[in-house]
Amino acid sequence: MALSLGFHIIFAEIGIAMPLLMVLAEWRWRRTGDAIYLQLARRWAKGTAILFAVGAVSGTVLSFELGLLWPSFMRLAGPVIGIPFALEGFAFFTEAIFLGVYLYGWERVSSRAHMSAGLIVAVSGAASALFVVIVNAWMNTPAGVTVDAGRFVTIDPLAAMRNPSTFQQVVHMLLAAYASTGLAVAGLHAAVLLRNNTLFHRRAMMVALTIGIPAALLQPISGDTSARAVARWQPVKLAAMESLLDTQRGAPLHLVGIEIPRALSLLAFRDPDAEVRGLSAFPRDVWPPIAPVHLAFQLMVILGTLMALVCAWAAVTTLRRREIADHRSLLAALALLTPAGFIATEAGWVVTEVGRQPWIIGGIMRTGDAVTPMPGLAVPMIVFTLIYLGLAAVVAISIASLVRETT
Amino acid sequence: MIGLPEIIAGVIAVALNAYVLTGGADFGGGVWDLFATGRRRGRQRELIADSIAPIWEANHVWLIVVVVVLFTGFPSAFSMLGTVLHIPLTIMLIGIVLRGSAFVFRSYGPYGRTHWGRAFAIASVITPLLFGTIIGSIATGAVADAADKIDGAATFSEVFVRPWAAAFPAAVGFFAVALFAFLAATYLTVDTQDEELREDFRIRGLAAAGAVFVAAAVALVLAHSAAPRVAIGVVGALLIQAATAVAAIAAITALWLRHYRVARLAAAAQVSLILWGWMIAQYPYLIPPTLTIRDAAAPAVTLRLLAVGLVVGAVILLPSLHYMLRTFKTKRRA
Repeated sequence: MALSLGFHIIFAEIGIAMPLLMVLAEWRWRRTGDAIYLQLARRWAKGTAILFAVGAVSGTVLSFELGLLWPSFMRLAGPVIGIPFALEGFAFFTEAIFLGVYLYGWERVSSRAHMSAGLIVAVSGAASALFVVIVNAWMNTPAGVTVDAGRFVTIDPLAAMRNPSTFQQVVHMLLAAYASTGLAVAGLHAAVLLRNNTLFHRRAMMVALTIGIPAALLQPISGDTSARAVARWQPVKLAAMESLLDTQRGAPLHLVGIEIPRALSLLAFRDPDAEVRGLSAFPRDVWPPIAPVHLAFQLMVILGTLMALVCAWAAVTTLRRREIADHRSLLAALALLTPAGFIATEAGWVVTEVGRQPWIIGGIMRTGDAVTPMPGLAVPMIVFTLIYLGLAAVVAISIASLVRETT
Repeated sequence: MIGLPEIIAGVIAVALNAYVLTGGADFGGGVWDLFATGRRRGRQRELIADSIAPIWEANHVWLIVVVVVLFTGFPSAFSMLGTVLHIPLTIMLIGIVLRGSAFVFRSYGPYGRTHWGRAFAIASVITPLLFGTIIGSIATGAVADAADKIDGAATFSEVFVRPWAAAFPAAVGFFAVALFAFLAATYLTVDTQDEELREDFRIRGLAAAGAVFVAAAVALVLAHSAAPRVAIGVVGALLIQAATAVAAIAAITALWLRHYRVARLAAAAQVSLILWGWMIAQYPYLIPPTLTIRDAAAPAVTLRLLAVGLVVGAVILLPSLHYMLRTFKTKRRA
């Protein structure tokens, strides 16, 4: 399951942001009449088609795996979290319908209808993400239920959707999608530009950056508010993220071996002397695995910071009316950051998921109690791993050949 | 008595019906890709691909709707199916993944069309085979029986294999493949303007109708011992059975006489009636012989919200679907 999710999250991100890119390119074409933008829109639409199809089937696998792997979790939580899943289903349906119209309707519908179809795809993609992340937020900080002896006595699905983590997690995920995909696409084209400076790749990179730069610049702010929410609602997770063993006032922040005094207290509680509870304040059997959570958190913060810095550099370059494409060191930096957003996403996902362990529903149900009684789960695990690795390889090859196609 | 649980179950039934008529036919298209023969096999494959490419992803989402509404509205039924039918569901999922990705790689991916086409075609046969098998095993009551045994001393095979690896579920699996192929062939006769291709799929449709008949006969014979409830139900629901027969005869006759649009309509009616025949036969059970719709239903507050969500969803969805089909399935203006 973790594997399928880890695989799916990347495709979902691309599925959220890519339609926006292709619509932007088409809009530029309709505005300027510059045929390069049309070419770009069509090329990106092809890429979107591949990624959407793979994202759609991996999403199907997920919806079944909820029952295949976590039957007890679904029996308990289905009535609570089913509503956002159902809404997600409809958002996804809308996305699939209009992606079909967009991809195969260039000659069949009017230009206005075609643009609108693309926009609907972009909006419904973001809506699907919203609903799915709501479910995850609920698992982190369950609300809207009263529990007695492991059963839900009363449930309020709407209150569950408005749990304390929802807002921060949704914003953080959407920004992550736009930043990762925008910068990945920009990075791919920047890499080509380093060798072969054509107008096509310049335009492509600039359109991608119009989405990537704002998102990457906003992401650290969203990360900060998320961290404060975690500090308040999931103190064990925060302690694991910082591998803070003992409770202390004026707790320092560790970043790549550097210790910044009092920074953690300041960041988490807006007070340099605030008390941050360490792991030892909690019983050992509710500790998550500390090392992976801590490392993943560091990785996410470092990559996010790098992305924001390079984006600030690119933004300043543009504001000073210089062409990014003529700036070789900036191009190289962008090219290097191509996978950064996706790696940061995976790391962030490790932080939120592994950081919640041993719980599948924070404080209510343990992961071990939710798993299916069927023995031999290693077999499907291995099979799906192989399939996913194969799919990822083919997708990568397809995308690479799409980018390389000279124009 | 009809209440909210029954209405939600009805929505699942309608979505399943929509999936069978649309997504099922897409799998049937893959079956004909596998059996493409003769001089025109290249053109046959092209027609199949053109006909399903713009719509298969939307069609596929019906299945996701079924799953999502099932686990929201009837979580214990979903949990039971996911546990006992873990193996066939996993194989079906692999089929779904391979079918979808092979299909798009065939159009856009590396290594040429042939290999991906073959993978697409094979996965298109495996997936409906498992789909039918799963429905067949639910109908026998073996799933519910196996779920009762999980905590006891039952062996792995008794709980996780035998409920579905049996003659009746397998027969239903073949029945589903034949039905989907029949549907696809009749749809394809309408989708093409090419007389030769139309004739190809007319003959294929008639052949598939024969296969449907044989598979149905085998399944019915097996049903008397394996799935008594379905057998009694099917015989009891004479009206539906008669209607199914009429639709089947109408579909075959229309195909024979080259009234393709009538054939498509009748074939869709026939397949829908078969599905409803099964569902009505096991009413009020979701998973016979123990789990009824009422037993499995989620708390009322969830069902009410779900109903609201379904209405809102339908308001967005139905016009969109109509728009999609109008865009792609009306005659191409040259």
